[in-house]
Amino acid sequence: MTTHEHHDHDHGHGHHHPTRADHDDRLTHWQAMEIAVRELLIGKGIVTADEVRAAVEAMDARSPAQGARVVARAWTDPAYKARLMADGTAAVQELGIEMAATKLIVVENRPGLHNLVVCTLCSCYPRMLLGLPPDWYKSRAYRSRAVREPRAVLGEFGTSLPDHVEVRVHDSTADMRYLVLPERPPGTEGWSEDRLAAIVSRDSMIGVTRPVA
Amino acid sequence: MSEAAHEARFAPGARVKVRRMAPPGHLRTPWYIRGQTGEIERLCGAFANPEELAYNRPGTPRQPLYRVRFRQRELWPDYRGPAADTIEIEIYQHWLEPAP
Repeated sequence: MTTHEHHDHDHGHGHHHPTRADHDDRLTHWQAMEIAVRELLIGKGIVTADEVRAAVEAMDARSPAQGARVVARAWTDPAYKARLMADGTAAVQELGIEMAATKLIVVENRPGLHNLVVCTLCSCYPRMLLGLPPDWYKSRAYRSRAVREPRAVLGEFGTSLPDHVEVRVHDSTADMRYLVLPERPPGTEGWSEDRLAAIVSRDSMIGVTRPVA
Repeated sequence: MSEAAHEARFAPGARVKVRRMAPPGHLRTPWYIRGQTGEIERLCGAFANPEELAYNRPGTPRQPLYRVRFRQRELWPDYRGPAADTIEIEIYQHWLEPAP
């Protein structure tokens, strides 16, 4: 936009439009603390600004595509699925995914059982496989209601389960991380791993939805 | 990390009760599960106690960590859902005692 156009818009009809506040116009206590600690670490030469930037970039680069790759492999390779269920940490390592300090437990949806993951205490989440958690996963509403009324929460995500299906909630409170292995939808026979991975959404690996072909 | 760990006291299938206690400090046992009775689903291994780690102490000997399965209807008397619905949660051994 040129300066001229901006001038016209701002003042041309005689009043100011309200301006939406910037997200960072005021720092919270913890944001100020983060900046203070980061600047001290950099100032004292313990880390460099570029190392901090690179760590943030690496965190942002993780995406649910990693988890989808694991699910698609499990759907097409029964031996891999067996290893994944027995030791999730080791099985995702085969695909080049490191779980770092935590261990991975894979929970499988099947006829009669649906799994749902929550962290009531904070926001524990399999970031290596799914990237950063969505905002709703960290909300008090989801964290309290997923354990208290999981079927109502599932319904709000459009997932309505009949009473003969057990809903099993996994509260991720300590050193384990959970990945839901959804059921492979009908109509996907003969599909390649890549094509299957494309229908495996983040939400289906948290357990709030089910993949459809 | 030190290799020292408490011996695991509970086997899969064992009935356990979560201690109803409220010590001060950092805890990883949610309020809603304290005092509840469930069943050991599996032993996850032994980990440094987070209640100690939070204060920059080593958290050793490491505590066995279990996944414990509870019936939703026993946790929430007004739970709206079938009797088969469950919840599984990680609990450290020092929060568990045997249950009949």
